[in-house]
Order: sequence, then structure tokens, then C-alpha cells
Amino acid sequence: MQLTRRNVLGLTAGAAAFAIAGGRISPAMASAEDAEKMVMDFTGGATPAEGKITLTAPEIAENGNTVPVSISVDSAMEGDDLVESVVIFADGNPNPAVATFHFTELSGEALATTRMRLAKTQNVIAVAKMKDGSFFMDKKQVKVTIGGCGG
Amino acid sequence: MASKPRIKVPKSASAGEVITIKTLISHEMESGQRKDKDGNPIPRQIINKFTCTFEGQMVFQCDLDPAISANPYFEFNAKVPASGTFKFTWLDDDGSVYEAEAPIEVK
Repeated sequence: MQLTRRNVLGLTAGAAAFAIAGGRISPAMASAEDAEKMVMDFTGGATPAEGKITLTAPEIAENGNTVPVSISVDSAMEGDDLVESVVIFADGNPNPAVATFHFTELSGEALATTRMRLAKTQNVIAVAKMKDGSFFMDKKQVKVTIGGCGG
Repeated sequence: MASKPRIKVPKSASAGEVITIKTLISHEMESGQRKDKDGNPIPRQIINKFTCTFEGQMVFQCDLDPAISANPYFEFNAKVPASGTFKFTWLDDDGSVYEAEAPIEVK
């Protein structure tokens, strides 16, 4: 193809259109702010402290359709030292909520493993609610090679 | 839609021991985000709640969102106070209830 004025103009316009379409963020995708808001809704406005809770997820997930995720909270699970619930959020999914675990004294240990879907590379957040009203949080970034939201 | 659940519970334990339970149930967990080949959204149909009880007492419960993978898998712990039966329940969006049981003996 010869580099005429007409061709150059056409190419540039095409490239610009592609850049706009490619860079467009789908309105269905949640943002980190949505996830943060959901954390705040869960804690009732309190900022969760670090520690106590451990979130385990792979650093790189090849398949976003099944990403193993584990949470464990350091607690005696007796009397007042009890984990009531743990919520998992994924801040880049169409809907950040992933799961809510509820524990009791019969749980013995506040520990759970499941598998989740991740649409893209994003942060996974786990927040634990203790019986005494305190909240603890852990966060991990998971790099996703193939997203798990279909299309 | 869902097939018979698979459960792994030890056959016996000592009193007060904390055991690990694993469960898996076949279910598509249709997220509601996907579209069929004509571009129409496929309606959401997932299992939205999983419950484990021991002799009527709550042990572990999970509220599931569409971000849980197909064939939901759970691994969690339970304290065994005495011999008895663990009951597992999965609730489907369409109102179906899938149930399973596993006995445990305290030596």
C-alpha cells in the first residue's frame, strides 16, 4: 500500500476508533470504590484493622473460572473470642461480593476454602467480623490470565 | 440440575476434636453475566446458600454470590462434641433444596 494522504488519514482514524473501543471500560464492571463501599456497609463504617485474618489465594491464576481461595482467622472460637462472619470481595468483578461465611462455636476453627470466579486481575479482600464488634481485613492481588465471566 | 453431592467427613473422632469437612456439589452456577449466542442474557441460577448443621445446631453457613465457581466446593472445620450426624443443605435460586447427611462416631 502506498502511503498517500488519503490512506494515512484512514489508518489514523481507524486506529483512534480502535483505541477508544478497546480502552472503554464496560459499565457493568464494578470499581474498587464499590468494593470499598461494600466493606464499609459490612463494617457499619468502621475501618477494619490489619492482622488476625489471613487470606490465601494464588498470585497468578491461569483460569479465572476457578480460583482457590482460603481464609483463616486467628481465634479461639469460644466465648467472646469468636469470629461471627467473614466476607470475601473481589474489587474487579461485575459484582464485588463473592461469599459470606458464618461461623459458630461448633466450627472449632474459623477456616474455610472455596473456589471463586475472577473476571480480571484484581484485589481480593476478606473482612472478618468478630463477636466483640471489631473487624479485621486482609487483601491480596491475584493476576488473572483468562477471565472467568464469560461473554 | 444439581447432582448428588459429595461429602468427606471422617468416620470417627475423639470427643471435642476439630475435624475437616469437604463438600462438592455439581451445579452450573449460572452467573447471570453470560449471554447466549443470540446475545440475550442467560438468567442467573446459582446455589445461594450452603448450611452445615450437627444434630440441629449450626456449624457453618455460607451465602454464595455469582462469583462462586461452578460446582461449588467448600472445605471447613467442625468441632465434634459427641456422636451424631452432620446435615448439609444447599439452596438453589429456583427453590430446590439439595440435602445430604454424614454420621460420625466419637470413640
